[in-house]
Amino acid sequence: MSDVQIMTGNQAAAYGVKLCKVQVISAYPITPSTPVTETISQWVERGELKAEYVRVESEHSVMTVCVAASTVGARTFTSTSSHGLLYMCEQLHWAAGSRLPIVLACVNRGVGAPWSIFNDQQDSISQRDTGWIQIYCRDNQEILDSLIQAYRIAEQVYCPVMVCYDGFVLSHTMMPVEIPDADRVGEFLPPYKPHTILCPEDPRNINPVIFPWQRRDAEGVLRDGYMDMRWKLQHALEGSRDVIVEVCREYAELFGRDHGGMLWTYKTDDAEVLLAGMGSIATEATTAADLLREGGIRAGVVGIRVYRPFPRAEVREAFHKTPAIVVFEKDISYGYEGALSADIKAALYGIGIQTPVHNYIAGLGGRDVKANELAEAVRSSLAAIAGGTREQQTWLNCVTE
Amino acid sequence: MYEVIWHGRGGQGVVIAAQILAESAYLQGFKGVTSAPTFGPERRGAPLTASTRISDHPIRTFSQIEKADIAVVLDPSLFGIVDILGSLKPQGLLLINSPQKAEEFEIDGSWNIATLDAAAVAIRFHLIKEGAPMVNTPMLGVFSKASGLVSLEHLEKGLKWKLSGGAAATNIAALRAAYEEASIRK
Repeated sequence: MSDVQIMTGNQAAAYGVKLCKVQVISAYPITPSTPVTETISQWVERGELKAEYVRVESEHSVMTVCVAASTVGARTFTSTSSHGLLYMCEQLHWAAGSRLPIVLACVNRGVGAPWSIFNDQQDSISQRDTGWIQIYCRDNQEILDSLIQAYRIAEQVYCPVMVCYDGFVLSHTMMPVEIPDADRVGEFLPPYKPHTILCPEDPRNINPVIFPWQRRDAEGVLRDGYMDMRWKLQHALEGSRDVIVEVCREYAELFGRDHGGMLWTYKTDDAEVLLAGMGSIATEATTAADLLREGGIRAGVVGIRVYRPFPRAEVREAFHKTPAIVVFEKDISYGYEGALSADIKAALYGIGIQTPVHNYIAGLGGRDVKANELAEAVRSSLAAIAGGTREQQTWLNCVTE
Repeated sequence: MYEVIWHGRGGQGVVIAAQILAESAYLQGFKGVTSAPTFGPERRGAPLTASTRISDHPIRTFSQIEKADIAVVLDPSLFGIVDILGSLKPQGLLLINSPQKAEEFEIDGSWNIATLDAAAVAIRFHLIKEGAPMVNTPMLGVFSKASGLVSLEHLEKGLKWKLSGGAAATNIAALRAAYEEASIRK
């Protein structure tokens, strides 16, 4: 019998962690992610989750604990937001460089100055180039399911995974979530096998200073230089696409929910305009597409689920037939455009696609984004495209004078 | 889809009432339910809102409610402070904690109104927290009677989901009394 409960996104994340039998959790509280580890700490305290919960003085130490625990063979987890994620920045690079399958729930929140506790995706987008896989969730069910999938992916490709979801919009909104059967999750997710085991019986030095060139070690074996190792990380992320898709497919077979692998589509087959986004704004866009269709405009939605590795082939496939693309996103690469918009354009380069791409920066610092506003933005973009405006950046609901 | 806004003050159980309504509606068979607090910090005594969406289909909108179908007012002193009517649809249903009967409640506009002296019901059933009557459960009773959207039976299940045994029993008794005593003007 299915066990459906009404829960917040943060509770859904905590249940995912529990079902994965995570062994070490380290965390430092920050709004809006705090309830994730608060819930987990209660389970650990009551003995419902046999794990070690390590409290530290900062997020930098949190990720250091995760790196250490993962290195000695423990399945590890943390969650954070905004400034917490940024305070981890150095150790995020360290986790990826060490090829450790740490899973982090990033509860997306804007970044200061000035202070904001509210939602946008600037925090995780700004950590795009750390070597972590990034998954963006569209509702609370996908948060729980993606966390379980994240450990399978991470432990197969030896790369850390960030499961991102919008602060407050999902983290504090309750909705029905089906909790999968624990035994079946156990079958889906085999125990973590570390690539290197660090233990007193076999002492070794991990991640010492490395030279630019390849070099023989004490046993005379030729070892990678820094750049060779960096290529392996890039190769691992590029190769993780197939694993992500396969894990998603297998999960769908076992649990009956298919979140789409690298991306998902909504009413795209006959679409004359495609809306694109990541996370809850993409969910809102599906409602906007329905509104547009009621008004005679055949709109569809492409939700980018995995942002790194970027779904280059899937994006080409999804967008190659559409006459117009409108990208809505809650981030900005200052001095250029929205990160997703730039990446979608780059993916379409060189295959003869000349589709206009309009970029809307929306919902920064928690500014509300309504479906009818997205629909209105699409109408205005279609008019501009008909008038010959191929590229356009608009800040939605923002004073720009 | 039905959209409900709860108006109250920090400490009145506004958020919990919105959650219990969502849970109860789901138990009754609505496939799509969400409940959300006002996003951000909460302060005791300060005006705040929470929302519940109820639909036959899974909900694909998480934005703030613009115009609600139903507004539940836990504290009538908010009328002068918060634009309660501005976020309610014309002909919308207005549920007010007030000792006045619905017929007597003076308010401009074409609203469907139901009232209950929820504070009196809360005091009668000893639903008191830190000296203040907890009017949220009685207002759920008013909601059920006036809207007909979620049944008393399922609200009772929702209360059992959120509350422990003793507290659930007292709240259910207050819920039933509120349902009986609510005054409705159509």
